[in-house]
This record gives sequence, C-alpha cells and structure tokens, in this order.
Amino acid sequence: MYEHDVIVVGAGGAGLRAAIAAHEEGADVALVTKLHPVRSHTGAAEGGINAALREGDSWDLHAYDTMKGSDYLGDAPAIDTFAKDAPEEVVQIEHWGMPFSREDDGRVSQRPFGGMSFPRTTYAGAETGHHLLHTMYEQAVKRGIEVYDEWYVTNLAVTDHEDPEDRVCHGCVAYDIKSGEIHGFRAKNGVILATGGLGQAFDHTTNAVANTGDGCAMAYRAGAPMEDMEMIQFHPTTLPSTGVLISEGVRGEGGILYNEDEERFMFEHGYANNDGELASRDVVSRAELTEVNEGRGIEDEFVHLDMRHLGEERILDRLENILHLAEDFEGVDGLDEPMPVKPGQHYAMGGIECDENGETCIDGLYAAGETACVSLHGANRLGGNALPELLVFGARAGHHAAGKDMKVAEIQTGPSAKSEDGAVEPPVDPGAVDAGTDDVVADGGAAATPKSVVKGAVEEERQRIEELLEADGINHAEVRADVQETMTQRVNVFREEDGLKQALRELKDARREYQNVAVSDPSRTYNTDLIHTIETRNILDVAEAITIGALAREEFRGAHWRAEHQERKDDEWIKHTMLAWNDGDPELYYKPVELDGDEETYEPKERSY
Amino acid sequence: MSTQIEQQETESESEQEAESAVESPGDRRRAEKQQRLDEQKQAEREESTLDDEETIRLKVFRYDPEVEGKQEPRFDDFLVPFHKGMTILDALIYARDQYDSSLTFRHSCRQAVCGSDALFVNGRQRLGCKTQIAELETPVRIEPLPHQEVVKDLVVDMEHFYDQMEAVEPYFDADELPEDELEEQRQSRENREKVKMSTRCIWCGACMSSCNIAAGDNEYLGPAAINKAYRFAMDEREGPDRKQERLRIIEQEHGVWRCQTQFSCTEVCPKDIPLTEHIQELKREAVKNNLKFW
Ligand SMILES: Cc1cc2nc3c(=O)[nH]c(=O)nc-3n(C[C@H](O)[C@H](O)[C@H](O)COP(=O)(O)OP(=O)(O)OC[C@H]3O[C@@H](n4cnc5c(N)ncnc54)[C@H](O)[C@@H]3O)c2cc1C
Ligand code: SF4
Ligand code: FES
Repeated sequence: MYEHDVIVVGAGGAGLRAAIAAHEEGADVALVTKLHPVRSHTGAAEGGINAALREGDSWDLHAYDTMKGSDYLGDAPAIDTFAKDAPEEVVQIEHWGMPFSREDDGRVSQRPFGGMSFPRTTYAGAETGHHLLHTMYEQAVKRGIEVYDEWYVTNLAVTDHEDPEDRVCHGCVAYDIKSGEIHGFRAKNGVILATGGLGQAFDHTTNAVANTGDGCAMAYRAGAPMEDMEMIQFHPTTLPSTGVLISEGVRGEGGILYNEDEERFMFEHGYANNDGELASRDVVSRAELTEVNEGRGIEDEFVHLDMRHLGEERILDRLENILHLAEDFEGVDGLDEPMPVKPGQHYAMGGIECDENGETCIDGLYAAGETACVSLHGANRLGGNALPELLVFGARAGHHAAGKDMKVAEIQTGPSAKSEDGAVEPPVDPGAVDAGTDDVVADGGAAATPKSVVKGAVEEERQRIEELLEADGINHAEVRADVQETMTQRVNVFREEDGLKQALRELKDARREYQNVAVSDPSRTYNTDLIHTIETRNILDVAEAITIGALAREEFRGAHWRAEHQERKDDEWIKHTMLAWNDGDPELYYKPVELDGDEETYEPKERSY
Repeated sequence: MSTQIEQQETESESEQEAESAVESPGDRRRAEKQQRLDEQKQAEREESTLDDEETIRLKVFRYDPEVEGKQEPRFDDFLVPFHKGMTILDALIYARDQYDSSLTFRHSCRQAVCGSDALFVNGRQRLGCKTQIAELETPVRIEPLPHQEVVKDLVVDMEHFYDQMEAVEPYFDADELPEDELEEQRQSRENREKVKMSTRCIWCGACMSSCNIAAGDNEYLGPAAINKAYRFAMDEREGPDRKQERLRIIEQEHGVWRCQTQFSCTEVCPKDIPLTEHIQELKREAVKNNLKFW
C-alpha cells in the first residue's frame, strides 16, 4: 500500500495545479495518472485563458459575463471566486515561465473572445493548452512531486455509511499499467479527482480517447451526486472523420459555411440573420444539423467551411495550424477546397458536485477541472473559461486538501442541499442491472480503520479484474460503440422526449450486455483491453446520467435544447439537476441555483449577443 | 528487447533539409504540397490510387513477454478497409477493435499534441495519428520506435527518454520576479519568437529514436532534452546566472558536443522543431561562454 497525505488522480491542468498547491502547504503529494502528465488532454486546448488583468477590466465584469453566459445556471459564489482568483493565477503561471504571446511592451497579450465584454483572453499562439500543461508539469518536476504515471485508478476507498454525507474517502485503488499489479493508495488528508472530460460517451467528440469520465463515474458510485449532467457543449466545427477541433478563429476571420446546394445557409435559411456564421456555438450547431436532417448536408453528414476567399497570405499568417489539421486529419487542403465540418461533443459543464474548495459531500473527496461541477459554467461555458477554472479551483482543492484553513464554503453539497425531489418517468429502471448488489462502496462497517477500508477496496478490485481477465464473453468495444451511437443519435444537440426515453432503453440494454463483457488479452503487461473495458463501465454510468438529466429538464436553456420545450422557464428551472447513485438505484433531485453574489444579486436576463 | 531496423533515406534527405533551413512556413507548405502532388501522380500512374473500396494491408510488430506464442517477436498482417483521410492510428484502432483486442499501442489525443503514438512506420519515425495512409507505400509496416526497449507490441519504455528530459532541469527558474504578484515579467516579442519553436515539443521521442549517436551512447542527452535546455537558456526572463548553469549542463561530456549534425532528429520531428539548429546554436553559446572565462 502506498501512503501520501494528498493523492491527486489525474495530471492534466487541474491535477497538476492541485498537486503544486498541496505541496506548497507542505503536504506529501502524489499524482496518480493513467497517462504520463504531458499526454493529458489539457494540451489540446487552443484558444486561451480568461482573466481580468488590465485597466478598464475588473473581476466583476468577468463574473457578470460568466453568469450571463451560463444562462443563469451558474452559482454566484463559484463565479465570483473564479473571477477574483483568475488574475493572480494567470500571472502566477507567467512567473512559472509560460510562453504567452506578448504585446510590444512585453506584457502578455489579450484578445477578444465570444461572450466577453472585454478582450481578456490571454493566449500562447493557438497552442495555449499545450504550453499551460507543459509549464505546470515542469513546475511539478521542479518541486519533486511524486508521479505514478501510467497507473489506472479503478475505484475509490470510501467508508460504507448509509448516508453519503457521513462517508469518508481514505484513498483509492490503482493498477500499474506496465506490470498489471494492483495496489491501494491511502490518502491521509484527501483524494482529489482531476480526471478530465467524458467526451468518449459520444462517438463524435473533440475529446481525447482517454476522456472517459472515470472520475465522475467513480465519485458517483461512491455516493457523491452528479450535477447538471445534461449540460453538454457541442462545438459546430469539428472534422467529421476524427472530431478534431477547427477553431472558432476560422469563422472569426470570415470563414463561411455552405450546404450541399452551396447556399450560405446561416443567412439563406434564416438561422442567424445578424451574426450568420458568428452566432453562438449552440445556434450554429443546431443550424448545421438541421441542414443535414433536411437533406441539404454533404454526404448526408456534414457541411462545408470555406476559407479560400481569405487568401493564402492571410490564412498562412493567422490560421496556419488549421491548414495542418485539415491536411493531416482529413486529407483536405484548405487553400484549394472547403473543409468538411460538423458539430461534435466538446465539453461537459456538469460533473461531480463540489463546493468552492473542491470538496464533495464525502469527507476527504475532492474534484477539480472538467470532471467537477462547482457550477461555474452553468448551461453554457464561454470559450477561455475552462483553463482558468483548472488553475483557480485546482489550486483551491489542493490547498484545502492539504489542510490549509479556508472559510466555510458557501455552496452547499450533498443530499441535504436538496430543495425538492425530481420527477422523471424513465421507461426502464436506470442504474445497475442488479441494483443493490453491484459495486458496494466499501466494506468493514463504520468502525473500519482507514487502512482496512483501502485494503477492502483493493480486494474487491482484485476480484473484479481477475474475473474480467478470466471470463469469456463479449468485447467491450461493442458495448462502447452502442453507447456512443445512442448518445450521438438521441442525446445530441437536438433532444426529444421519445428519443431520450429510447436512449434510456438502449443504455439499459448496454448495461445488460456489459454484464457479459470480458477481456480477451490474458497478459498483465500493458493490457489496454482491460483499461478500455473498465472505462466502458464508466462511460455507461455518465451516459445514463446525461440522459436522465436531459429528460428531466423540460426547458430550453443554454446548450440544452428540447423539442417540446422551446423556452427558458425561469420560474421553474433556475435549479440544478442532481443525480445520486444510491447503490445502483439513481435518485433525481434538485438544488437551488445561488444567484446572490459578493457585490450584487444577479438578475436573469434574456441572453442575446 | 529492442528493434533495430536499418534506416534508409535519412542521410540523403537530411542534406536537403540543411540547405533549406531558412525557408518560410509558406515555402515549406508549397514544397510539401508539390511533393504530395507528385507522389499522387506517381501513384495514379501505377494505377494504385486508393479509393474507398480498397483494403490496406498492415504488417504490425507483435511481442509480449508474458504470453506464450508472443514471446518471439513477429509481424501480424491485418487487412483494413480504407477510407479517405484514414490515418495509421485509425487503421490500428480498426485492427484492434475488429480483429484482435490484444493489439497494444499508446494513443490519446489523435491530433498530434499528446505525443503518445510515435511509431516506426515504413522505416521512419512518425506520429500514427498524423500520418495519412494514402501517402504511404503498402503494405504498411508498423513497428515500435527503434532503440527503445519494447514493453509490448508497439509500446516502448519511455523512462530513459523522461530521465534525459529531466536531467536538463526542465523548468523555468527566474533570478527575480516582479514584487507585485499581479505583475507579469516582461518578455520581448523577439525573445518569444526565438524560443517559440523550442516550446512546441510534445515529448514523443521520435527524435531520440532516430538519432544514431543516442543509439550508441546511452548517456547522450539527446535532441529533445537539449532542445528543452535551449528553451530555457534562450529565455531572457531567466537571467545570466541561470543561463551559465544551463550551459554547464549541456556542455557536459554527453551533451551538445556529441551531436554530429546528422539532422535525422530534425527530419522526423512532427512539430517541425529545428533541433539540429538549436543544438548548433547552443554549441556556439557554449564556446562564447568559455571564451569569457579565459
Ligand atoms: C480541443 C479542445 C480545445 C479546448 N480549448 C480550450 C480553450 O481554448 N480555452 C479553455 O479555457 N478551454 C478549452 N478547452 C477545455 C479545456 O481544455 C478542458 O476542459 C481542460 O483542459 C480539462 O482539464 P482537466 O485537467 O480537467 O483534464 P485533462 O487535461 O483531460 O486531464 C485528465 C487527467 O486525468 C487522468 N485520468 C483520467 N482518468 C483516470 C483514471 N481512471 N486513473 C488515473 N488517471 C486518470 C488522465 O491521465 C489525465 O492526466 C478545450 C477542450 C478541447 C477538447
Ligand atoms: S523534439 Fe520533436 S521529435 Fe523530439 S520529442 Fe519533441 S516533438 Fe518529438
Ligand atoms: S494520439 Fe496524441 S500525438 Fe498521436
């Protein structure tokens, strides 16, 4: 058994920042990550990092924009904290050597971004995430922070008290991918989940293959509720074959979208008569899919994004990276041909419910980054707000887990924050196939010592993995493909009641199928078959949570569009959807949105740009 | 165990690269495009242009120390249906998911930023996700990176590479910082431009694997680590004392002076980092620095 004060699961931007923060407080920290830190998906971010750094800008403007962007589903205490801490955090990474783009006077450059009332997006070329990730990993190396790289965390070690709010997290179970050995990791102070996005629940996503929602699913099964899972952001310009992102910059520079009849459909079919291609992400995504659904898509699948008219010089100057992407991943030369694009899953606004210190309702269990939901982005994340989130809330989780005193959080978590029960009529019972017997949280009763809780969890995982390796059965890839297809067909940009219900049926089928899944590679050495099999279970849990949330929320808010409900219903729906696992029997309830900020109370307004 | 496959082409092509070191991105693109067009025409002439119905034969290196029958390295053939835009990584995923789920390789971002799928494809180090199959001769031969220990199938042990990276103290270390914690350090645009290419490294290890010197001298820091040292040594925010220290590190016995300017690293780097140039520049810096001491 390995022992550390703080264990951080995942080493993307959020995990690294949390580890550095805990280390600053004198804690003995370990990073446990299934990919080597520099391989994390934070490296793919292109656009930038928002922070109010300059005269004329201020944290409360940034907070206001973020609240408005969230379509009034963000929590004011989270948003205020975020906007206040962001400048210091961004300057901090500059002090750590981040190669930001520069102004003539040597200060970091800032540029305008969608939904921001001030040009407050700092950036490093079109590779901001790459530089952020590497800069932070370098600082972790400098501090000698211990990294267990290529270790896959399969479960948490949590006491099995009846009420999740009484439970304590003592560590986790992980296995060394290179050797196949399974070990317990005991955390004296806390475990911080920073496992990133869940894009692999969809078959078309900008997310990496490793983004399988592991942290979300593990926390959920341990008893921490998931919040606002239905809020998934789709990006309108991704390459059809891979999902690789074509930055908004192309449309910003004047790129045009065409359908099969070579119509500039954003205008000609009246989707956005003022802003055209530059309307917000959700509007453009819906327009593209409508074109395809009405038979005007190219190859019945995508539309064209054309930038040829911008001229070679301008393209090479500002969008060179895009030419490489189109060429490398689609075999298309953007100078000679229009590029094929379609909407793709991009970001999960929801996630593990936590407070401003990153703590969940389970003592000692924290979450940070895309896997978490402090409720900063609400129903819609603004571009450039995810990277500062990693910094601000990664740091706070790290400090807090290491024992630094912080004020009691204003955001309430856990079932006691419930405002009302949720009502949703699923066509099948969601959750575990054999509810109650699947995935017991831990064992040993309330009196168990921390070590025995970890040991118990290790034993269970050993058994589960042993069974997966020894049994005969179907390949996880089939189940995964089914789930991804269901989600893309029915829980995508457009959502209809019947489709969502059908999705729940199909997900239940997939769960049944998963009962028969087995790993056919018998080797303990670098068994990716085993990793993908365990991941697929996690994908199933998050996919179902997304779908239940989408069925429950009967309104149209931010990224969440419902055929039957074409308006934002503020009277009823300024509340978070919460889903608790309850030993395999998911329970839906609601929690109020906190609109009282530090300076003022936010008044919901019409969102128009 | 380690695969040792002769590398063809590298030397002659590297001379070309040396001559054209100053071309602009536009020139480079045009040249690449011309080359692609030529290759395409060539392929058309040979009547082997790939269309959507065609299948591709992959010859994939297999080895697993634990599984009987795989302990002897071998090549497996996979027939994969081709579609336009298909990359090596797509083909490997297809082969794994459809035919043999034990086929093992690293990958994640599939957009050339995570650096995890550097492979040896038709005798050259390439990122699987960034390599279009249509541009390759078939059958496509896929092997793990040469000169690295093979863990299993296409997965190599990266520890040595990471150790070398860490040996150059790869982290920013400013002499002094602005007093106000809300004030950035200043860096001129020129200085940022100067270090820009060096900061693009994704730790894929292709360069190290292609380097003959690194293959023969296990202690040689290697192109990626030296490039990392360059990234900090040239950053004006660090100050002269730290720079001295950095030059001392890269000047050690197994540092910059081992490089014999063969350009193979520059040739294979998927991020187009002018590695050989950076190494040369550090050699010059080191000489200047030593002169100062005399
Ligand atoms: C293409 C793209 C472009 C983007 N551009 C921007 C932008 O310009 N600006 C912006 O603000 N945001 C952007 N975003 C969003 C932002 O980049 C992400 O939300 C953010 O990087 C997520 O960081 P993270 O640290 O939470 O997770 P990640 O960086 O994904 O890291 C997750 C870590 O968890 C580890 N892990 C996962 N599961 C396990 C497990 N079971 N066991 C052990 N380890 C595990 C992984 O190894 C990895 O280290 C973009 C996102 C994408 C996909
Ligand atoms: S320098 Fe280039 S080839 Fe070498 S590790 Fe970095 S990205 Fe890969
Ligand atoms: S999969 Fe990330 S570099 Fe190829």
